[in-house]
Amino acid sequence: MGDVLQQITGAIVAIVVALAACVAYFWGSNWMLDRFLSSRKVTGDAETRRDHLRDSIRPWLFLLPALLFLSVYLVYPVFETLRLSVLDKTGSNFVGFANYAWALSDNNFQRSILNNIMWLIVVPSLATAFGLVIAVLADRLWWGNIAKSLVFMPMAISFVGASVIWRFVYDYRGEGDVQIGLLNAIVTGFGLPPQAWITIPVWNSLFLMIILVWIQTGFAMVILSAALRGIPEETLEAARIDGASDVRIFFDIMIPQIIGTIVVVWTTITIVVLKVFDIIFAMTNGQWDTEVLANFMFKWMFVNFDYGRGSAVAVVIMLAVLPIMIWNIRRANAEQGTR
Amino acid sequence: MTAVAEPAVLTDAPAKPYRSSWRKRLNAGRVITHVLLLLLVALWTLPTVGLLVSSLRDKDQLAVSGWWTALRPSESLGVTRIGTAADQVAKDGHFVISGNVFGADTNKQLGGFGLTNSTPGQTPPGGTMPMSDGGTLTVAANGAFAWTSDTQFTHTRGPRVFYLAEIAPRFTLDNYYEVLTSNGVWRSFINSFTVTIPATIIPILIAAFAAYALAWMRFPFRGFIVALVVGLLVVPLQMSLIPLLTLYNQLAQLFGAENGKTYQGIWLAHTAFGLPLAIYLLRNYMVGLPKEIMESARIDGASHFKIFTGMVLPLSFPALASFSIFQFLWVWNDLLVAMVFLGAQQDKLVLTGKLVSLLGSRGNNWEILTAGAFITIVVPLIVFFALQRYFVRGLLAGSVK
Repeated sequence: MGDVLQQITGAIVAIVVALAACVAYFWGSNWMLDRFLSSRKVTGDAETRRDHLRDSIRPWLFLLPALLFLSVYLVYPVFETLRLSVLDKTGSNFVGFANYAWALSDNNFQRSILNNIMWLIVVPSLATAFGLVIAVLADRLWWGNIAKSLVFMPMAISFVGASVIWRFVYDYRGEGDVQIGLLNAIVTGFGLPPQAWITIPVWNSLFLMIILVWIQTGFAMVILSAALRGIPEETLEAARIDGASDVRIFFDIMIPQIIGTIVVVWTTITIVVLKVFDIIFAMTNGQWDTEVLANFMFKWMFVNFDYGRGSAVAVVIMLAVLPIMIWNIRRANAEQGTR
Repeated sequence: MTAVAEPAVLTDAPAKPYRSSWRKRLNAGRVITHVLLLLLVALWTLPTVGLLVSSLRDKDQLAVSGWWTALRPSESLGVTRIGTAADQVAKDGHFVISGNVFGADTNKQLGGFGLTNSTPGQTPPGGTMPMSDGGTLTVAANGAFAWTSDTQFTHTRGPRVFYLAEIAPRFTLDNYYEVLTSNGVWRSFINSFTVTIPATIIPILIAAFAAYALAWMRFPFRGFIVALVVGLLVVPLQMSLIPLLTLYNQLAQLFGAENGKTYQGIWLAHTAFGLPLAIYLLRNYMVGLPKEIMESARIDGASHFKIFTGMVLPLSFPALASFSIFQFLWVWNDLLVAMVFLGAQQDKLVLTGKLVSLLGSRGNNWEILTAGAFITIVVPLIVFFALQRYFVRGLLAGSVK
């Protein structure tokens, strides 16, 4: 009990110290800038020069802590991981592309790549499709908001929590026993034999993907629902007067109008999929051919302690994210241009 | 499917489009919409409902029947040895061995009993069954049995009696009590809070200052830094793990600590990993604040520092709230960062890590897993339902701009 109290006190102290440090830094550095580069006692050119100097230093004072954190925790590691990926197990000898060559020839790596591709095809498509359908349906019903809230709820649940929830759904008991897993209860209800779902290769990956679809659909739904509201009512009304059916309106008017948003949702979920780790780690830990890159990397890094190979796999994940990253940056830059 | 002929009279009436669509909605299309959405919502909520219901059930019932039968009594097969000659009592010229087949368990009802594994329901409750060691056995519905014989019992090994027990539905908080006390989940609960609260609060001010600079100050490389932040939004954490862990371990050596796995370390790591989203969200929000107010304040001689602390920060409250919710949920639900930077020691596990360890060690004890899982998800669910508005706003600002 004593160490729990100490731990809580430690956390509270940390919050206070961190906030005090932030306030002291920001307030203090600003005060010093105004104090030591004051233009009060100088005139003419010197005054404008000092004004100018202060204006060019201040942004960096505002940015410094953030840049420091970003550099140490995100930018430097990217380069360090790149470097480690061409070194050996302990990071002491240069081995060129041996780690990558090993990866390409490793069965589990190939399996991971294949599985990741499957995940990339299935999860974003299903989550976006379900999200869109639910958004469209919910917007037309009086209880739509309650429905959306319930579908959105899994977004708040951790991947591990969701894994336990679904493992319970997929639970398997021997034939003849009472099935307490929902899926096997339904299957045996139709007179079919029960299955140990998460041990059947290829299909088991699909059952794991369903967990992520279940989580991400709420995200897709919320974003797409907002986009649907942005479609001018006159456009829809005009189509209705022309006698277009609801299905035609959906495919010929709604989807083209919000296609940009659909792409954004799709890519955002794609990023989540590329990094997916917790679900595989908790459900199968890569057994029965369900390995994916993130879990494979974790094994080489923290089970085999091979920093070279672990880094090489991390770089592969990074390379997969890169196109979307570049696309995002270009989009952000384009927006700035129009502002 | 709704093209049933409309009365011709209505064709030219101005209200026609409205009326026809109203009618259309009333029939098939409308019903299908309701049913379809209901089905989808059921699909999305049933797994969680199942978990919650199961976590509240008696653990014996949970193990033998599906959660959807929670309100019905469940039937299970039981077996017991019913006593030896040493237990007999002489009574009215008979010899009797008595007791209860359920032992001390009082919430069970007998469905039947028998002598073999395959015939547990052979004799109904209250019925009489001859025994191979002599005499007859009667078991009442409440499990009380009496084995009566005219001759003295001599056996030294009690015969086995198989029975069907009906357990009345029972809901209890026992599973939660057990998980919290004997499985160390309580400690993990505290650990999760210890990690999450500072990791949510620390980044806010750091990000807010940076976001203001990127939104309202002019300086070289501003575009580049914005692009960098957008890029870092999607950099996989996997890239950061090895270098940072090495760095932490070196620092720990420098200070003579045991290893680099400390709460301080994970707070700072989460702070950094949350910063790109924080800066991005806040900058997008601050850019949208009215330019006129800023400019007039500048003309009045207010410094950037004053404008920021006096106007922008209070005005940005919705965006700050959105980010805080994101960061809270992300840190609370995180498994990878906690495992790498805090370790897998039992007393340092956060809830997600604890749940994974329970999955490994108690994989078939669903009473433990369901209660444990519900404890890990209940805090985010409360945050989520209480502050959904800010969460949705943040999502919209963060992804579509």
